[in-house]
Amino acid sequence: MSLQLLFDAMALGGIYAVAALGIALIFGVMRLVNFAHGQFIACAVFALIVPSADALAVMGLGALPAPVLIPLILLIGAGLAVAAEALVFRPMRNASPVALMVSSFALGVALQNLLLVLYGGRPKAVSLWAELGHPVRIAGASVPLLQLIVVAAVVVVLAGLALMLRKTRLGLEMRAAAEDFTMARMLGVRSNRVISAAFALSGGLAAVVALVLVAQTGVADVRMGGQIMLVAFIATVVGGMGSLSGAVAAGLGIGAASALLQAGLPAEARPFRDAFLYGGVILVLLFRPQGLFAPVGAKPRV
Amino acid sequence: MTSQHTIRRRMAATTPVVLALLLLVFVLAALALGDRAIARMAAETLIRVTMVVGFWIFVGNSGVVSFGHAAFGCIGAYVSAWLTLKPEMKATLLPGLPEMIAAADWHVLPAAVAGGAVAALVALVTGAAILRLSGIAASIATFAFLAMVNTIWANWTSVTGGTSSVVGLDRYVNPWVALGWAVAAILVATLHAAAASGLALRATREDEVAAAASGIDRFRHRLLAYTLSAFFCGAGGALIGHFIGVINPDGFYLSLTFLMLAMLVIGGVGSLSGAVVGVLALSIAVEALVRMEKGVSIGAATFALPPGSQEIILAVAMILILIFRPSGLMAGREVMLPARWVAGRASTET
Repeated sequence: MSLQLLFDAMALGGIYAVAALGIALIFGVMRLVNFAHGQFIACAVFALIVPSADALAVMGLGALPAPVLIPLILLIGAGLAVAAEALVFRPMRNASPVALMVSSFALGVALQNLLLVLYGGRPKAVSLWAELGHPVRIAGASVPLLQLIVVAAVVVVLAGLALMLRKTRLGLEMRAAAEDFTMARMLGVRSNRVISAAFALSGGLAAVVALVLVAQTGVADVRMGGQIMLVAFIATVVGGMGSLSGAVAAGLGIGAASALLQAGLPAEARPFRDAFLYGGVILVLLFRPQGLFAPVGAKPRV
Repeated sequence: MTSQHTIRRRMAATTPVVLALLLLVFVLAALALGDRAIARMAAETLIRVTMVVGFWIFVGNSGVVSFGHAAFGCIGAYVSAWLTLKPEMKATLLPGLPEMIAAADWHVLPAAVAGGAVAALVALVTGAAILRLSGIAASIATFAFLAMVNTIWANWTSVTGGTSSVVGLDRYVNPWVALGWAVAAILVATLHAAAASGLALRATREDEVAAAASGIDRFRHRLLAYTLSAFFCGAGGALIGHFIGVINPDGFYLSLTFLMLAMLVIGGVGSLSGAVVGVLALSIAVEALVRMEKGVSIGAATFALPPGSQEIILAVAMILILIFRPSGLMAGREVMLPARWVAGRASTET
C-alpha cells in the first residue's frame, strides 16, 4: 500500500516537474510567463487523433508504432512552440513581462478555441498503449506498468536535460541567457537561437506531458492542459521564478503532496483536494515570498 | 487668473462626467433602436463596465495583472442569489445553507451591495497573502485563487449547487440599473485614483524602488485597491446573476477572466477611459461576431462563422494590439473637456 502511494506520488510529481520545467525554461531566458503552455500540451494530445466532433476518437498519428510516434509528437510540440515564439513573442521582444504574459494568455485562448472548432467540446476516449495498464507486482505492491514507465521516462528526460544544460554549448548559452540576458548577448550569445531553442525544448516537454497524460487517463479533452499548467505555474513560483532545479523540486513536492492529500483526506473532503493544495501554496509563499530556491539574480537591482 | 495646475485639475474632474454621459448616450441610443436584443446587449455591456472599471482600479493603478477578479464576480453572484432567492426554493435547491441565510429574503439592492461587500472581504483576506508577492508571482497566485474558488464552488454542492446551475434569480437588471452601477464604479475609481493612496500606488507602478525609497508602503496601497476593485467585481457578478437569472461556477471562470482582460488591454490599461472604451468597443465587436456566428444572409447566400471563432478573433485582436499598440486604444489618455471650456474667463486673456 505505502509503496503504491510512493509510486503514485512519484508519477504525479514527475509529470508536474516536467510541466514546470517547460514553463521555467522560457521564463528563464525571456521573463515570459507562458500561459499558452497548457494549450501546447492539449494540442500535442489532439495531434494524435483525426479531427472530428465524434465522442469516440479515431486515431490518426496515434496509430503509428511508438518508436515513430514519440519523436513525431515531440517534434510537433517543439514546432508549435517555436512557431508561437516567431509569430507572437518575437515581435514583442522588448515588451514588459506583463504584456508578454497577457499575450501568451490570449494565445492560449486562441489555441483552445481552435481545438474546439476542429474537435468539438466533448471529451473523447482515446486508447493509447492500453496494454501498459496491466499491474506489475513489486515487493508486494501492485503498480501499473505505465507508472513505472512514466517514472523512468521522467528520470531520463530530466537527466538528459541536465546533461544538455551542463555539457553542451547551447546549454551553456541558455544558462548564461537565463542569468543575465543582456550580458550574454554582449558576450556573443545569439539571442534568437537561444530563445528558439528554449521554446523548442519547452514544446518538447509539453509533448512528453501530453503523451503521459493520454496514456494515463485515456481521455482527450480540450481543457486538459489548464489544470496541469496551473500546478506547473505554482511549482515555478514556489521553486523561485527562474530556477530550473527549484521548479523541478517544487513540481515533485506538489505532486507528492497531492497524492498524499488524495490518500489521507477523508472521503467527503476529497473533491476539495486542489483547493487545499492551492491554499497550502499560498501559505508557503507567505513565509517565503521569493520562493524556496530563488536565484540570486531574481532580486531587482537598482 | 487661473493657474495651469487648476485648469488641469478641473479638466481631470470632467473625466467621470464625460464618461457617464458617454454611457448615457449609449443606453439612449440602444433604447431608441427599440430592439429587445439590443437593449439586453446594452445592459450586459454596462454590467461589464462596472466589472472592468472595478478591475481597472487594481490593475490600472498597480500595474499588477490579476487573473482572479472573475472569482470575485462568482462570489458576488452567489451571495446575492443566497440572499434573494425565496426561502422555500433554497430549502430544496441548496439544503446546506446556514439557517440565517436560508431564511433571508432580502431586497435586491442590499443583496447586490452585500455581494460586493463579501467579495471585498474575501479580497482583503486573500490579498493580504497574495499581494506580498512581487508583480508576476502575485499574478500567478491570483490565478491559483481563481482556480481555488472554482474548485470549491463546483464541489460544495449543498451550498452552491455544484456544477448544476442555480436558477430562479429575480431578473430585475435593465440598462438603467446597470448604468447606475457603472456610473458609481466610475465615480469611485476617479476618487480613488485622485486620492493620496491611488497616487502612491501609481508611483509604485512606475518605479517600485524609488517609491519604496520615498516611504510608500506598496503592500498597503495595493491591498486597498484590491479590496475596492473586488467590491465592484462582486457587485457586477451579482448583476450578471440577476441579468441572466441563472448562475453557474463555470460562468465565472476562464472565459470571463479572458473577456475582462481583453477589454482592459484593448482599451488601454493606462487610463480609466481606456477601461470604459475597451468595454464598449469589445462589446459591440462581440455582438457583431455572435450575430455572424448565427449566420448573416447576404442576398441568397447565408454566411456564418463557425462557433468558437468569436473567441479566436478576439484573442488574435488582443495579440495584434499588444504588438502594434501596446498601450491600447486610448494609450493612457483620459477623455476630458478641452481646457478653454473649464478655464473660466480670466485665462482666455493670456
